[in-house]
Parts: sequence; C-alpha cells; structure tokens
Amino acid sequence: MTGTATTRLGYLAVAAALLAGGCSGADDDTVLVLAAASLTDAFTSMAVEFEAANPGIKVELSFAGSNSLSVQVEQGAPGDAVALADVVSINALESAGLVDLPITFASNSLALAVPAGNPGDVMSINDLADPGLLVGVCAPSVPCGAYAELVLAAAGVSPSLDTEEPDVRSLVGKLATGELDVGLVYATDVRAFGDDLEVIALPASIDVRAEYSIGLLDEAPNRAIGQHFIEFVTSARGQEILQTAGFGPA
Amino acid sequence: MTLGVRRPPWPLLLLATIGAALFVLPLIGLLGVTPWSRLWSLLTDEVVLDALQLSLVTSLCAAALSTVLGVPLAWVLSRVDFPGRSFVRAIVTLPMVLPPVVGGAALLFALGRRGVVGEPIANATGFVLPFSTWGVILANTFVAMPFLVVTVEGALSSLDGRHEAAASSLGASRLSVFWRVTLPMIRPSLVAGVVLAWARALGEFGATVTFAGNLQGRTQTLPLAVFVSLDADRDAAIAISLLLVALSVLVLVTLRGQWWGRREIQRGGQS
Repeated sequence: MTGTATTRLGYLAVAAALLAGGCSGADDDTVLVLAAASLTDAFTSMAVEFEAANPGIKVELSFAGSNSLSVQVEQGAPGDAVALADVVSINALESAGLVDLPITFASNSLALAVPAGNPGDVMSINDLADPGLLVGVCAPSVPCGAYAELVLAAAGVSPSLDTEEPDVRSLVGKLATGELDVGLVYATDVRAFGDDLEVIALPASIDVRAEYSIGLLDEAPNRAIGQHFIEFVTSARGQEILQTAGFGPA
Repeated sequence: MTLGVRRPPWPLLLLATIGAALFVLPLIGLLGVTPWSRLWSLLTDEVVLDALQLSLVTSLCAAALSTVLGVPLAWVLSRVDFPGRSFVRAIVTLPMVLPPVVGGAALLFALGRRGVVGEPIANATGFVLPFSTWGVILANTFVAMPFLVVTVEGALSSLDGRHEAAASSLGASRLSVFWRVTLPMIRPSLVAGVVLAWARALGEFGATVTFAGNLQGRTQTLPLAVFVSLDADRDAAIAISLLLVALSVLVLVTLRGQWWGRREIQRGGQS
C-alpha cells in the first residue's frame, strides 16, 4: 500500500516538474511587446519584418485595450515594451517609474464607419442620434471611447447608443458583420476591414487625433532587444508600415 | 461523512494546501485592496445599481429558462433512446468547455441581425436579439443550461425506475408519472442544477459582451461593469467584484446545508 502511494506521489512530483518546466516560456531571445488593440495589424507586420531582419530573435505580441495594458503594467506584468493609444496613460506609467522614455510614434484619427452598403442609410454624424439605428461606440474608459466622446461633443450630437464595447476590435467586428448600423472607430480599422466597412465623412471642423506612444518597461528582461524593437518602430521602415495601415505621423 | 485520518501523508497535505491557497489568495488580495470607507458610496453608484438589478433579473430569467427547457431535455436524453443521442448530449454540454466568447460569436452568427436564423426573424418582425436584455438572457441561458442538464440527467439515469413503473401500473399517465414521481425523486439534484445554472449565469461575461454588447441599464451586467470600470475606476471595479463574491457566497452558504443534507439521503441517486 505504502509503495503504491509513494509511486503515485512520484507521478504527482513528475507532473509538477513538467508544469514548472513546460509552462514557463521565458527565453533569452524573445522580446514581449504589449500593444494597444488598434495596433494589431501594424505591429504584427512589424514583428514579422523584425524577426526576418534579426535571425534568432522572436517577437511576442500581446494586444489588449490600452487601459487594460496600463493595469497589467502597474500590476507587474512581464514584458519588454509597451505601446498605448493614449499618451496620458503612458506618461502616468513613466511618472510611476514603470516605463522609461516613452516616445510618440504615430497618430490615428476617428472615423464614422458603417457596414459595406450602408444598410442604415447613414448620411452624417447627426444620424447617431437616431434611435431607429443600432449605434455603437467604445466604452468611455478606453481611448477610442474617450476620443468618440470628444468627437460627439464637437459635433454637438447626443447619440442614441446601443452598446459601448470594451475595446475597439469588438466594435469593429460588430460593424463589419452588420450587427450595428454605425459606429465611431479608428481610421486604421476601416483600412483593415476595407471590404466590410465604409466611411462616412466627419465634418472638417472636427479634428480629434489619438496619439500613440511606446516605451521600454523598467523591469524589461530583454532591454537591449526591446530598445532595438522600439527603434525599428520609429525607423523609416516602421513608419512606412504604420502609414500603410492607415496611421498618421506622430 | 468524514473518514477521519489521524496522520495524513504530508505530500498530500502540502499539495492540498497549495490547491486551497489558489482560491484563498485572490480573495485576500481583493479584501486587501477594498476601499472600505468608500464602499457604500461606490456600491450605491447608479451604474452599479443598474448592473445589479440587470444581473439579478437576467440570471434569474436564465435559470428559469434553463429549468423549463433543460429538465425536459435531460429527461429525453436519459429516457428516450434515439439515434445520435450521444451526439446531442455532447452538443448540449459543449458550452461547458467552449470559451464563452466563442459561444457568443456563434450565437451572433446564428441569431444576430445578419444571422442564419436572426435575419429572417428581424426581417419579418423587426425584433433584434443582440444589444437587448433578451440577448443577455439568451447568452446566459446558453452557458448556464448545460450545468442543469448534466446534473438532472445524472440523477434521472441513476433512478432504477421501480417507482415510476409502480405508478404507471397503478394507472398514472406518463406525464403525471413525470410530475408526481420522477421530479420529486430527483428534487435535490434539480435544486443543485438550478443553483449551478443560476450561479453560472450571474458570473457570465464573454458570451454576453460578444452577443449582447455593453450598455448601462440594458445589457451591462455586474461582470461587464467590473471589466469596464477596471479601466476607468479601479475602486469601483473592486467594490463590484466584492459584491459579486458576497452574493455568490451568500447563496452557496444558504443552499449548502439543504443541498448536502439531502444528498446524504439521496446518495445512491446522485451522479
């Protein structure tokens, strides 16, 4: 009996050892970049080129809403660099000593997006007040929602909202599938979903721009490669990729 | 109930302690950061009260819907032999292992305004499920009902059928046997299943936000309010989390005595 029990505990010990060995993937040649959800396409392309240009180095990307990322960094999430769609948040992280020398590297504008074919016959931003349309924005707590509030205030429209999505990608998804009639998303999202979305022009007087900033995490395990990646983002090639994705200059 | 072991082997104790710590530590963490002095004002915020009311309404509706649909489903799965029964059973329990976000997306493709079933409904009646409170109830039911079906089907399958046969032989109709004999015999499991389904619905997040969106007073349940305010107002998020924990503990403690107590008697009839 005791023998069997010991053997079984042996199995448990082996399982524990496997867990310890297999579940921690930290690697010397891997750089982990935490990035705002709206950077998904641009940073994915950049990671591919960066890896091609630096053989042996692997870029891991973790995308989430900018504020979720801020919370993660505050709570000590591992990572080497962090890129947010919100300069204020990253400056706050810098003041807290969590992020070093953030630099603004791109900007994005807001766009009034409708599903391809404009099934709701949206003519202008004023239609966001129409209770007969399904209208979506981002939650005010994430940058795209905060910018949407600025746009709506500038246009003097109080919208008849049907949802405040927790991040911009879920809003874009619901627009692209036609579940919503109209929403305020980033210009880059419209570019990324060119076949499924159309843009309704905003009045020229509305100029709301999101600015993106990237910095090195203070406790980055791979500072050198992290710094190298940030340099790539701000390089001519990096800026070209951002521009192709629809971002504006910093 | 307890088989007293005077000197448990230390490796088991150690692993059990680590296992328990996994559940205790987050609670301590939550209690440690709770802004106690502001708790009341945070919890009586309009956003929180709206979310609390919506959460209670939608989770109770989902539990009721799960019961009305799930008990007959469990009965059919347990008593009616039809081709593809194990396949249907697997499909019914799928939401228990499926990431809720995937479930929400699948619901959207089926019942959304452009969905396979949703589009004809929307065209004919103008009724659109997503972004409505009905959408939340449906998403909750989708993730919660399997817990009830599994619990009730287990209980039904372990009944030996003698009492039901006796009732039939005395002239009771099949429906009346179900109401008067079968249901009372599985009562403890039924209660357990309803509570499990309700608890799962109360905590539902992924399918809800994917299928029904997030709007205060209409689709923003407590878990959604936590997620959104985690970004904006950490203290509010902590206060709502604490409210959810308190609510769940309250229900578990209230029902535990009744549930375990009956379980002893029904031992043979469980699982």
